[in-house]
Amino acid sequence: MTTVSRSLWGPGAVALSLALFLIVFLVIPVAKVIYVAFQDPNTGALTLINFVDFFNTSLFQESFFNSFYVASMSVVLASVFALPLAYFTTRFNFGGSILIQTLGVIPLIMPPFVGAVAMVLLFGQNGSINLLLDEYFGFTIPFMEGLNGVIFVESVHYFPFILINLSAALNNIDRSMEEAAQNLGASRGRLFRRIVFPLAMPGYVAGASLVFLKVFDDLGTPLLLNINNMLAPQAYLRISSIGINDPMGYVISVILVMFSLLALWTSFLALRGKDYATVQKGGGGLMKRDLAGWEKAGCYAVVILILLLVLSPHIALTLLSFGTVWSFSPLPDAYTAQHYVDVVSTSSTYITNTLLYAGLAAGIDVVFGTAIAYVVWRTGLPGRKLLDYMAMGAVAIPGVVLGIGYLRTFYQFDVPFIDKPLASWWVIIVIALAIRRLPYALRACVAALQQVSVMLEEAAENLGATKSRTVRRIVVPLMMGGIVAGFVTSFATAAVELSATIMLVSQESDAPLAYGIYEFMQSASGRGPGAALGIIAVLIIGIATYLSHRVINKKETERAPQQAAAPEEKVQGA
Amino acid sequence: MALKQTSGVTVTVENVSLSFGKTEVLKGVNLEIKPGELFTFLGPSGSGKSTLLRSIAGFGPRPGGRILIDGDDIAGLAPWDRNVGMVFQSYALWPHMTVRKNVAFGLEERKVPAREIAERVEAALDLVGLAAYGDRRPSQLSGGQQQRVALARTIVVEPRVLLLDEPLSNLDANLRVQMRREIHDLQRKLNLTTIFVTHDQEEANTISDRMAVLDQGVIQQTGTPLNLYDNPANRFVASFLGTANLLEGRIEAGDGGLWFIADAGPRLRLTPDAGAAGDRTAAMMRPQNLTITDADGALGQDVAVLEGTVEMLEFLGTIVRYAVRVGGASMLVDETHRVGRAVHAVGDSVRLGVEAADIRLLSA
Repeated sequence: MTTVSRSLWGPGAVALSLALFLIVFLVIPVAKVIYVAFQDPNTGALTLINFVDFFNTSLFQESFFNSFYVASMSVVLASVFALPLAYFTTRFNFGGSILIQTLGVIPLIMPPFVGAVAMVLLFGQNGSINLLLDEYFGFTIPFMEGLNGVIFVESVHYFPFILINLSAALNNIDRSMEEAAQNLGASRGRLFRRIVFPLAMPGYVAGASLVFLKVFDDLGTPLLLNINNMLAPQAYLRISSIGINDPMGYVISVILVMFSLLALWTSFLALRGKDYATVQKGGGGLMKRDLAGWEKAGCYAVVILILLLVLSPHIALTLLSFGTVWSFSPLPDAYTAQHYVDVVSTSSTYITNTLLYAGLAAGIDVVFGTAIAYVVWRTGLPGRKLLDYMAMGAVAIPGVVLGIGYLRTFYQFDVPFIDKPLASWWVIIVIALAIRRLPYALRACVAALQQVSVMLEEAAENLGATKSRTVRRIVVPLMMGGIVAGFVTSFATAAVELSATIMLVSQESDAPLAYGIYEFMQSASGRGPGAALGIIAVLIIGIATYLSHRVINKKETERAPQQAAAPEEKVQGA
Repeated sequence: MALKQTSGVTVTVENVSLSFGKTEVLKGVNLEIKPGELFTFLGPSGSGKSTLLRSIAGFGPRPGGRILIDGDDIAGLAPWDRNVGMVFQSYALWPHMTVRKNVAFGLEERKVPAREIAERVEAALDLVGLAAYGDRRPSQLSGGQQQRVALARTIVVEPRVLLLDEPLSNLDANLRVQMRREIHDLQRKLNLTTIFVTHDQEEANTISDRMAVLDQGVIQQTGTPLNLYDNPANRFVASFLGTANLLEGRIEAGDGGLWFIADAGPRLRLTPDAGAAGDRTAAMMRPQNLTITDADGALGQDVAVLEGTVEMLEFLGTIVRYAVRVGGASMLVDETHRVGRAVHAVGDSVRLGVEAADIRLLSA
């Protein structure tokens, strides 16, 4: 017979091993990076000298300013894309809403750097659009000049974060909120200003700070567009060209982490105490109105223009992957499937590596995510919140920083039997991916767990099932939808992750897809095969996402009538 | 294979206390529930009745004190080692399992052979009238059917005690009465010691052998429904079980008997053994035990007569309820309504009759 206190042993052991994993592979590497940033490179004493050097170097000053400028402008431009789309879908009855909901999130399933080269071909100085503009109107627009290019590519890629969060916030405003305001005499303008805008604001700020964070930390896009005077590329270049002992890479890492924390803090403040999900049973969403014919045409025009713009990387990438030569012309000269044949025959290791790494990482994430969610929300273990904070802390750690931390921490650590440092063994890539994606999988698991009433567990325990049996027979099956969603999010984003892997790939045969695409895209002749690899990556992710939706929908329809409608799942990051 | 009738167990609660942080939810509860008894915890929300029930099932923090089943202390056992069956307020049917799988769960956890599981599940479903519904999902059943599945799932494991946590609160009024009878019949048939939690006085009165009234984590009184209604121990029990007129005052001797002198004015004759002269106490009278007549109407002998004015009246169909101002007190009086009979109007002078035997003096 077990006693109540003994029933905490199992979860306690699980919690301890999870904590150990997070300490070794997240806390220590990051702490190491921060420590080195404050260490005198010669004497090893603690000092601020590295930061003084950093801010006295004009290249770093410029990089700092550029990163800040690019991230801020990307938020502005992403908002320009997202605001009309979000407003139209929630306010008006018209077919375009479905178009927006399905096509609007597609940009997220391709990493920004993959589309970057294709975007140059469409929007660059000698790209299709400018060639046409020059020919017919005699002027060109510098879409892709210098930092503009980074801002354009990033905002096209990350605007769905704002769209999704803002749409969710708008959809969560119950009609009764609006009706009550109207009933009390608020007309359209005041209604928007006093009710709709304040209720939707937290959602917008959350999405916007996420965009800022992602852009500020992004490494691949500036590298491919050959913009090196930004923070993340500088950190990478210092470590990869000067060496692992150069303090500047660490100083930049500390600054990247600080800005990430700042963005997350802003988002936290915006959302704190503002659980504005006001939707009542049977209600739902703001009042929608029908559009007159010309209004409808106007809305469609705006929607299609924006969608064309944000889907342009995919369109261009597809063209590039099938094109023979595409240079100084609006479209490729001729079309061929040769690039696909080439990459599948010569570079299939990239694909198998990616499936292996991303699959393992996502598997680790959902297992750990489920365990952490259960420990934190369903047990009374002391210090359990710490586990949650540690796992979620990974959100604030840019891939470059984690990569640097791993190199620094694990280079001296040889793996037994392999005779190779842990930092250059392929498994370290899997661990990096798992740590980076854990927060998203964890949130998916927590959301799923919160849908499972505690009473369902108590009923099982009451009928004689122990804690572990209850978890296996009741909790996990009921969480399955969320676990699958968490797996796919982790898998899809890990499959195209570049910033941490680029530092940890030690030999070509260990490299995943994203690395391969990056390598191909470096040379003009590699663009075609690179684009083909990119399309393959998008297809893999697309298929995985589609299949998971099938699974989740099937699960949900099975038990739909009894359970309360699941809250709108907020996508928090990729 | 029918479900077995049990011999019934005794449940003893000894000095059970429980706090959530600084809030004391249970303050030294003592109870003894007899074998085969249907015992109700009755109280308003926040009284601790569900917490007490959950402590018996092993949920929530471990309480201080002892909880004994047939003499064995189970307070330290994990929920899955207690073999006390609980039916949850929301039924807690697992949406990912069919009805049959839900009911089989407890037997599977007990490693009962598959053949026997199948037989016992069918018997349990048959018992609650759902033999044809085994392959359905819980979401495809009505509220009453879900309730029956929850009941079948619990009793199929032949628990030592059956715990019912407000099991009828999610049903509509008609179904509630029907399910109440079904639960009662089933409990009798199985002779299962059962604890029923409710905040509904009528539900408690109709179903219980005995009940305990809880308030603020303390058992106010224990007894049969009739006994508690007629002889409430204190002001809380008096007003929680039905409507009560409560007058504060003191007992005095004189005029050949005992009198209750209310602080608000009214004087009431008491039975000779009602109490000791000089004590301060409260007098309780049920509205239906008072009689009301016109200002010049006749009242029987041995009846204390109070003069007053109608302040308010409510027509409730079977009765008319008056609030009558008597001195400084407002008394509620129920009069059975006869078709066509006139009612007293607000402002009318009336006389109230109170029989000494209908007055209960409360000790606390």
